[in-house]
Amino acid sequence: MKTDDPQYVSILSMNDQGPAPEAAIVRDIIKHGSIVAPILIGASAVFWGVNGAWSSAYGVALVLGNFAFAAWMVSYTARISYALMMGATLFGYIFRLAVIAAAVFFVRNQSWVELVPLCMTIVITHVGLLFWEMRYISLSLAFPGLKPKHVASPTVQDSTSN
Amino acid sequence: MEALTRIAHASIRVAAELTPAEAKANAAAQMAGLAYGLAAIGPGIGIGMIFGKAIEAMARQPESAGMVRTTMFLGVAFTEALALIGFVAFILLKFA
Repeated sequence: MKTDDPQYVSILSMNDQGPAPEAAIVRDIIKHGSIVAPILIGASAVFWGVNGAWSSAYGVALVLGNFAFAAWMVSYTARISYALMMGATLFGYIFRLAVIAAAVFFVRNQSWVELVPLCMTIVITHVGLLFWEMRYISLSLAFPGLKPKHVASPTVQDSTSN
Repeated sequence: MEALTRIAHASIRVAAELTPAEAKANAAAQMAGLAYGLAAIGPGIGIGMIFGKAIEAMARQPESAGMVRTTMFLGVAFTEALALIGFVAFILLKFA
């Protein structure tokens, strides 16, 4: 669309050069995932044996890799253009689903794979980590990603000193 | 149209040659694939809407882009969970 308005900025040229909140969020998710992974792998080992443990570990790795790739793609393309970010993420959704499907299809007949713990781990890890991460998300203009670890308490002015 | 008719006739001929157990397995495989495809449509629409609205919000208020991107990323991840559940259901129905 052509316009004579000097204030007009095309969405194709808009980008974001600031810090990427997705990267911070995904680093935190991976940190939490590394805490949860031994519990999930242990639970799978109890119910399905060694094969269950391997399958569960594979599922956790798939989910964390999926998060990391999604965050990288959003951060990288947002620095170029918002329009590219939209396109890359929509096609990236299909691509990432296809990669996960292929990653499960290719290993499904391997001797170390148990499909039930693998599939359960994928869903539980994905949803569980997201709900856990909700506790650490800050939605404010000052802190657009994670909540700050230490917030200085506001200075209380003594009204009697004036 | 003629090609479709030919494919339909070929499918009927193949189906007629199958045993009942094979036909049942064949139908189950087709339905599982269809279920996964249908399960991926909803999240696809949802993610499109999330991104569309996020881009609109960032264009209107560029200073809130970080906040919008955080919400957008989490929204997309939650929506994607639906597709993953559909995929998992497909895998478990088909192979487990």
